Amino acid sequence: MISYDEALEHFEPVIGLEVHVELGTVSKMFCGCATTFGADPNSQVCPTCLGLPGSLPVMNGKAVESAIRIGLALGCDIAGWCRFARKNYFYPDMPKNFQTSQYDEPIAVEGSTEVVMPDGSTVRVDIERAHMEEDTGKSLHVGGATGRIHGASHSLVDYNRAGIPLVEIVTKPVIGPDSKAPEVARAYVAHLRELLLALGVSDVRMEQGSLRCDANVSLRPRSGGPQQPLGTRTETKNVNSLRSVERAVRHEICRQAEVLLAGGTITQETRHWHEDTGITTPGRSKEQAEDYRYFPEPDLVPVAPSTQWVEHLRQTLPEPPGLRRARLAGEWGFSELEMRDTVGAGALELVESTVASGAAPQAARKWWLSELSRRARAAGLELSELQVSPQQVAELQGLVDAGRVNDTLARQVLDGVLAGEGSPEQVVVARGLEVVSDDAALTEAVDQAIADHPDVAAKVREGKVAASGALIGAVMKQLRGQADAARVRELVLQRLS
Amino acid sequence: MSDDLLRLSGAALAERLAAGDTSSVEATQAHLDQIAAVDGDVHAFLHVDAEGALAQAADVDRRRASGATLHRLAGVPIAVKDVVATAGLPTTAGSRLLAGWVPPYDATLITRLRAAGLPILGKTNMDEFAMGSSTEHSAFGPSHNPWDLDRTPGGSGGGSAAAVAAFEAPLAIGTDTGGSIRQPAAVTGTVGVKPTYGGVSRYGLIALASSLDQAGPVTRTVLDAAMLHELIGGHDPLDSTSIDAPVPALVDAVRDADVRGVRVGVVRELGGEGYQPGVRSRFDEAVGLLADAGAEVVEVSCPHFDYALAAYYLILPSEASSNLARFDAMRYGLRVVPETGAAGGVPSAEDVMLATRAAGFGAEAKRRIILGTYALSSGYYDAYYGSAQKVRTLISRDFEQAFTRVDVLVSPTAPTTAFRLGEKLDDPLAMYLNDVATIPANLAGVPGLSLPSGLAEEDGLPTALQVLAPATADDRLYRVGGALETMLLDRWGGPLLDRAPALTAQPQQVPA
Ligand SMILES: [Zn+2]
Repeated sequence: MISYDEALEHFEPVIGLEVHVELGTVSKMFCGCATTFGADPNSQVCPTCLGLPGSLPVMNGKAVESAIRIGLALGCDIAGWCRFARKNYFYPDMPKNFQTSQYDEPIAVEGSTEVVMPDGSTVRVDIERAHMEEDTGKSLHVGGATGRIHGASHSLVDYNRAGIPLVEIVTKPVIGPDSKAPEVARAYVAHLRELLLALGVSDVRMEQGSLRCDANVSLRPRSGGPQQPLGTRTETKNVNSLRSVERAVRHEICRQAEVLLAGGTITQETRHWHEDTGITTPGRSKEQAEDYRYFPEPDLVPVAPSTQWVEHLRQTLPEPPGLRRARLAGEWGFSELEMRDTVGAGALELVESTVASGAAPQAARKWWLSELSRRARAAGLELSELQVSPQQVAELQGLVDAGRVNDTLARQVLDGVLAGEGSPEQVVVARGLEVVSDDAALTEAVDQAIADHPDVAAKVREGKVAASGALIGAVMKQLRGQADAARVRELVLQRLS
Repeated sequence: MSDDLLRLSGAALAERLAAGDTSSVEATQAHLDQIAAVDGDVHAFLHVDAEGALAQAADVDRRRASGATLHRLAGVPIAVKDVVATAGLPTTAGSRLLAGWVPPYDATLITRLRAAGLPILGKTNMDEFAMGSSTEHSAFGPSHNPWDLDRTPGGSGGGSAAAVAAFEAPLAIGTDTGGSIRQPAAVTGTVGVKPTYGGVSRYGLIALASSLDQAGPVTRTVLDAAMLHELIGGHDPLDSTSIDAPVPALVDAVRDADVRGVRVGVVRELGGEGYQPGVRSRFDEAVGLLADAGAEVVEVSCPHFDYALAAYYLILPSEASSNLARFDAMRYGLRVVPETGAAGGVPSAEDVMLATRAAGFGAEAKRRIILGTYALSSGYYDAYYGSAQKVRTLISRDFEQAFTRVDVLVSPTAPTTAFRLGEKLDDPLAMYLNDVATIPANLAGVPGLSLPSGLAEEDGLPTALQVLAPATADDRLYRVGGALETMLLDRWGGPLLDRAPALTAQPQQVPA
């Protein structure tokens, strides 16, 4: 395939993104069933979300509230009156064989959001709409090689996910980023994640499918100028990691460029993304697309949020992530790079809580971005999943600041905390990890080390201060590391002066 | 004694129970015996639950003996149309697709019946998924009209109406999407009420057309209908379209029935051509009685009613095509697995869906699914579904305007008396015309009550009149219906059903 650079020489890419967010409501969109991820298959179902004959939906007010808050955070207008529709098509994981979804009357329209790029610049992305819908069940295709339906001997369906509230956020075509389109796609999704997290409306875990992305890509020839219409687009479905979003867009740009340069045309179609091989393959073409026969859902009444309610929700929106980041960077004295790394590591909230518990910002950042990041990586966990709280990290840093443990001991204290042995203080006591601060005991150990290494001691006496390291090491070893190395050095030099 | 119990109205039976003159077990058993005796001919029931009904009856008797406060209808047995979900009792909606399906949950109205202590005798026959006006579209064979077993008891709720007319049950539940309570009531000489849309919870009714469906009472007297209506009506948080307001005082409206000063509008468009002479003459007489009793009778025009049938047959199939999509063999009900798939080899889920739906739905259901699928298709939506919704709005406006001039509207319930089995089966349009007078109320969501108006002179079969009132003013149906019923009973010298031929007991068929 042709290179990205070559593709860009001839074409300008235009992207659009459709992001599905599973809302973190306690119950489903239209029934009272729980939404816990990972529950036993078909254990969170009822007549309504199984679509049993006679069952009826009832709107989850919390889901509507979340959808409105998302709309407001994206600068959208909130509809004063809107409805759900039925999207009719047959599929085994859809209990009613129609999806209850908003169609031509979305709850939020016409917004925009400023996306911060890795280099600190911003790109404005316009939002077409955000609408509510229910999720489908999940099919597991058994017996095939790929887990896809092709070649499978049978399929299992789990309806736990059926009826979980979704908000779909659709951008307008993003024109302008040009060669940066793949990075903008990624940055936009990352930005949405951060925004949704700040709103507290979803856990936005892409690996668990609570945030799913479809990426639209089209190309138009550079020779045509900026006024020409957009090219035919493809829609790559279910691109479910930030890295994949960028890769999939980049791949699709190259693939389409190659087709066009060879004199071919792009088919309007959905495409599947293959994480392993990094390519997309054709899905359904426009001609094959189903006629969904949308019509207003007669089992639900219209959604008509009052102006007062919407205004209340607007007033209580959290600080926008961009502003918040800038404020915290100022308060903490972080450089741009430090801030970006903190956000990138998903440690912003953790550092904030640690600072709130009394730790110095730089110390808090160091704990979370080095030692704790290393341990999270080793354990295959998110930082927030480590069994240590920001409060405990602040307490540990307090022990370091008070000189009660040194860095080596502090790491051992952390081992204890992560092993569930209690608070840092409790681990220090239980494991006997406190530094020896009794000068008499330290002096005794120093004298012993001098006696054991007379040749080294002689060198130090002759003025070779650097040689004192061996003596300090011997003392630390004798005290099993439980000493303040700086104080030991002082004592060694004092005895040998 | 037993025959005496059978002929009592629900309210009269309730009084005997309260007075300790009979027990619920005795009354329930009497009705079960009647079902055993006559249902071989009438075929009102698809499933009889003797054990469950008697257990409920015994429980009510026990509670009554212990001095507990009971609902006024406690212990009065009831039959339920098979479109209503009943936990532990088969619920088929008259379709092969649901043969043997037992719901794991109760419809809200069933929860209310059970809580009030009404023994459920069984589930009554109906046209498949409530599509029809004769019960001939039931997958389990038609019901027969107790007035003439060669005729249909109407539909779709012919089973409930026939059960009540054949004294197999004093009370029954029906559902009315375009007349399925009122038209069967009309042709069997019984009383049927379609409440205001949203007046009775739809939770647990297997949906035909969600924006039109409404459950209601099927009884032999207006008072019984009021009592049952008050019991099953009222707000239900499980139905978003349920009205969040108290049910009007319906029983009081019957007891205080008086039409003096009531403005009664005769709908010009619902009468005349296409209406059987006997239906018209009995209707005119009944209207005359109302006028004699002090009602102000005027003629009212509702010009858009002429388009009601056409709009209805676009809206109903559209919603039905979507509501019936869930019957796909994946989770419950009939499953037909073809030997090979469309593409050869092992059949796919889609192959199974196709084969099941092809085998499971009857001709009328298929006809309406195809109609609805077409009406909602892109490119046709505006012309069909969209236009039909506009007509619907115009019909609602006709009602609104009429109700600025009158308190209630009246018309014949059905254009003809009961027709013969098979007479209209091959002519869907003729079948659809049975509901021409009942459909406008469903489209506008207003309530309607049908009560017997007499017997047509040409065939001696029951005719009926319907009363229509503004939405949420269901009490007006009962005020006018109750008053008219009293005057008609006076004129007839007793219930119309006393004139129905006696059904002869048939020996029970013992399955081989
Ligand atoms: Zn559920």
